[in-house]
Amino acid sequence: MSRTLSFKLAINEALDLEMRRDPTVILLGEDIVGGSGSPGEMDAWGGVLGVTKGLYGKHGNRLIDTPLSESAYIGAAIGAAACGMRPVAELMFLDFMGVCFDQILNQAAKFRYMFGGKAKTPVVIRAMVGAGFRAAAQHSQMLTPMFTHVPGLKVVCPSNAYDAKGLLIQSIRDDDPVIFCEHKNLYASEADVPAEPYAIPFGEANVVRDGRDVTIVSYGLTVHRALEAAATLSKRSGLEAEVIDLRTLSPIDWDTVIESVENTGRLVVVDEANPRCSIATDVAAYVAQHAFGALKAAPQMVTAPHTPVPFSPALEDLYIPSADAIAAAVLKTHPQALAA
Amino acid sequence: MTDTRIKPIVMPKWGLSMAEGKVTGWLKPEGAKIAVGDEIVEVETDKIAGVVEAGDAGVLRRTLGAPGTVYPVKALIGVLADEDVPDVDIDAFVAAFAVPAETEEAADAAGPRYEFVDTPAGRLRYARRGEGEKTVVLVHGFGGDLDNWLFNIDALAGAATVYALDLPGHGQSDKAVGEASLAFLSGALIAFMDALAIPRAHLVGHSMGGAVASAAALEHPGRVASLALIGSAGLGPEINSGYTDGFVAAGSRRDMKPVLEQLFHEPATVTRQLIEDILKYKRLDGVDGALSALSANLFPAQRQTHVLADRLKETDAPILVVWGETDRVIPAAHAGALEGRATVEVLPGAGHMVQMEKSSRVNELLLDHLKR
Amino acid sequence: MSIQTPMQSTHGALSNNPIPLEKDALLASYRTMRTIRDFEERLHVEFAKGDIPGFVHLYAGEEACATGIMMHLTDSDRIASTHRGHGHCIAKGVDVAEMMAEIYGKSSGSCRGKGGSMHIADLSKGMMGANGILGAGAPLICGAALAAKFRGDGGVGITFFGDGAANQGTVLESMNLAAIWNLPVIFVLENNGYAEATSVIYATGVDSFLDRAHGFGLPGVSVDGTDFFAVHKAAGELIAKARAGGGPALLECKMVRFYGHFEGDSQTYKAKGENDFNRLNRDCLKIFADRVTAAGVVSDAEIALLDREVANLIDEAVSSAKSAPQPTHHELTSDVYVSY
Repeated sequence: MSRTLSFKLAINEALDLEMRRDPTVILLGEDIVGGSGSPGEMDAWGGVLGVTKGLYGKHGNRLIDTPLSESAYIGAAIGAAACGMRPVAELMFLDFMGVCFDQILNQAAKFRYMFGGKAKTPVVIRAMVGAGFRAAAQHSQMLTPMFTHVPGLKVVCPSNAYDAKGLLIQSIRDDDPVIFCEHKNLYASEADVPAEPYAIPFGEANVVRDGRDVTIVSYGLTVHRALEAAATLSKRSGLEAEVIDLRTLSPIDWDTVIESVENTGRLVVVDEANPRCSIATDVAAYVAQHAFGALKAAPQMVTAPHTPVPFSPALEDLYIPSADAIAAAVLKTHPQALAA
Repeated sequence: MTDTRIKPIVMPKWGLSMAEGKVTGWLKPEGAKIAVGDEIVEVETDKIAGVVEAGDAGVLRRTLGAPGTVYPVKALIGVLADEDVPDVDIDAFVAAFAVPAETEEAADAAGPRYEFVDTPAGRLRYARRGEGEKTVVLVHGFGGDLDNWLFNIDALAGAATVYALDLPGHGQSDKAVGEASLAFLSGALIAFMDALAIPRAHLVGHSMGGAVASAAALEHPGRVASLALIGSAGLGPEINSGYTDGFVAAGSRRDMKPVLEQLFHEPATVTRQLIEDILKYKRLDGVDGALSALSANLFPAQRQTHVLADRLKETDAPILVVWGETDRVIPAAHAGALEGRATVEVLPGAGHMVQMEKSSRVNELLLDHLKR
Repeated sequence: MSIQTPMQSTHGALSNNPIPLEKDALLASYRTMRTIRDFEERLHVEFAKGDIPGFVHLYAGEEACATGIMMHLTDSDRIASTHRGHGHCIAKGVDVAEMMAEIYGKSSGSCRGKGGSMHIADLSKGMMGANGILGAGAPLICGAALAAKFRGDGGVGITFFGDGAANQGTVLESMNLAAIWNLPVIFVLENNGYAEATSVIYATGVDSFLDRAHGFGLPGVSVDGTDFFAVHKAAGELIAKARAGGGPALLECKMVRFYGHFEGDSQTYKAKGENDFNRLNRDCLKIFADRVTAAGVVSDAEIALLDREVANLIDEAVSSAKSAPQPTHHELTSDVYVSY
């Protein structure tokens, strides 16, 4: 049965369904229950933004509140994964990777290789990403490129509620460590979401809009900016943009990107991350190397600037790639449309 | 104030999710004489490409919908009227035409989009249209769902109470398919009729659904008023397992597209959204197991396990057989299996999904068939 | 609880018994310690020849700690080791020939030559890996213990760390985590007096590491790590308590490192004659052998027999490691993910 569900509830439902299906799935994180040891009610928060609210009532002590101690509990989730559990650890904001990155980078990501293929570490680390929440420099970053860089990790960043549920279920069932990035400004967005469990395979990009004139590649929140830009361009310039939502950054669906660029001859990559060594540079470089002959214009990148995320709303709004900036980048690939 | 001499041609609403459609081309020029059922204009939605057929006769006085342009549902895209209606009246009609707003009440009045019923074969989803005395049950094929009848259900609803169900393992019905046999599916169809207190129905089956309907008719002749078999399984041994196996195996957009293109005479009919909808269904837990088991049991290695034609010849209920001439899944030659026993119609320019590709003709044939 | 710890059977009434273990257990313990010693002494020699890639950290002098603890464990108990991990591996039952091949970087190694000295692991033996990141094993073992708790199998987790890593935040966070979740974890602090080339006196603000344990609400025990029987007794009590749900503890083993931090370390930071003094007076193997032979439980001949057996084992390990094939280029890119 399909019905409209928010991104946030889609994640909650995915966790609930997988906990029902598999008793080795446990949840750890700061205040994922809330109220542990306190005089008041349990499940006081259900996560800082309420994503796990209600799961404690259904699954009890399989949800474990942690102390503010990311190294210890992210590491414990990884250790438990190496010992037969399927933990889903919530790192409240991906920015907090700074205090637990060793456990992700040097432990989870490396076990299988270092141990000659004898280990598997089916851990999921869920974390909020992205700007636009007026949360300033340490709670707003899009750090997806840093994880995508690391062999051994899988990196997922859904753009809508349907994908969020299916990709999270796949993440939990997957035998490799997965960094699951949730854009906080998508939590309220709604989509048709089947009530049944379903898994979206990794490395399968979604073509969210057909077009013949330019390929716009993005992921997460900026997919919606790209679609806005595409609608505007269609109306104002008659340019039809194909919009590709990568869904997973590692693995990444190069075939869909290349196939599209071979049809359109033009590429715009939109990435909310900072510009250097980003998903944008990665995609642009790959296309330049593998579809150079198809390109009719230089690939364009629309990214955040090379700055921390500012606090002031006036500045933060400038920081996030806008539909206007995307449309302008598309027009740069079509100089004749620009002239007209 | 309506001018009854002038008939609007509007952007159709194919399924409740459709909000707009794109005019892709006119099949008749302005000034052409139009008969009821003529194909007038091609329209593409995000799900499927289709053709708008004339609901009235007259002269095509205006082709307002510009090819390549998207219009909301119920927007005026053309005008039909007799030759003697003056141009000035036509222009006044166009100028005064207002797109009726789709109110929430109107949507509610149309009834819930889908309903569910619990049966011994699991929870089954279905749609119901019309209030006619006769009852029609539409049974989709392998990997399909009730939306395969998008272009038929409303047309038939004028003449009957029409049900379209999702078979077990399909659409939004439960995914368990028992021993994955034809008997299980035909049993589920009868269980569905039991659960909705349908004593007797005209069964319309497409592809594997045709075999399901046939099996139901053979096992429960008293429950089946007539059979309409469209591109049906069960009438001959051959089947393109490349299609069924490909459908089972394909997990990605790139793999699924060429598989779905085999369904249609015109491959361009397959839109990105149609592929995405199929993939969404295939990702559901249990679907892979259900389809794999059904495919292995019913269509192993280019053969159909059940050929029911000879037994059907022994039955009494009227049978209509319809095929798309260029069907690439089940050969149109199978239409001849019931020659003499059934009304047989093979339609040119259509593939396996003939009820979608040539919906007006198929609807006409079905309505005639119901009268018999 | 059905955990079989045969070596544990007599430890309850040990205090006045000079030789508190059955003869079989004594022979097994000596054999393990001798294997570690010979393995490390041989590596010292072979490394100097230049045949061994990279660098190695030798456990020689510390054998009583690994062995005294591991005698209480089964394969379903997990340990997390350190950069100085050969002794832990051998005591936990990892195959010696495969270890040697791993150190030589050969495809027949424990990790197919992909891990090397610092990453030897065998999860089937409950050995979760030597670790090149100091203190990283502590969170991981909390996860292993958490998994054991969920399974209810009575398994314990042991994390080893040196006096240097004792100052890592991961270790301190993990002590807190283990304390609040009452995890069956023993934190084994192998205090050999040096963090690389820096004295424990310089690097540690407290006079006793037991104060650290108490600061997190953990019981702590400090023993002479060169005395196998002291380690064995203390570890036995703490492990039994943890198995029974009594929670985590710290066990400090004060011991000596016969070699430098790594092979090639000139060790000029040590006192003149320090290594000679330790070999003469604080050699855990010698102390063990003297005690069991003096008591007449084990004969000199039996010791000599074990020494010969082990010497042969190490000889074979070295020669088979040297003649083992190098990994092929396929090994470069395999085992990064379970599936990708």
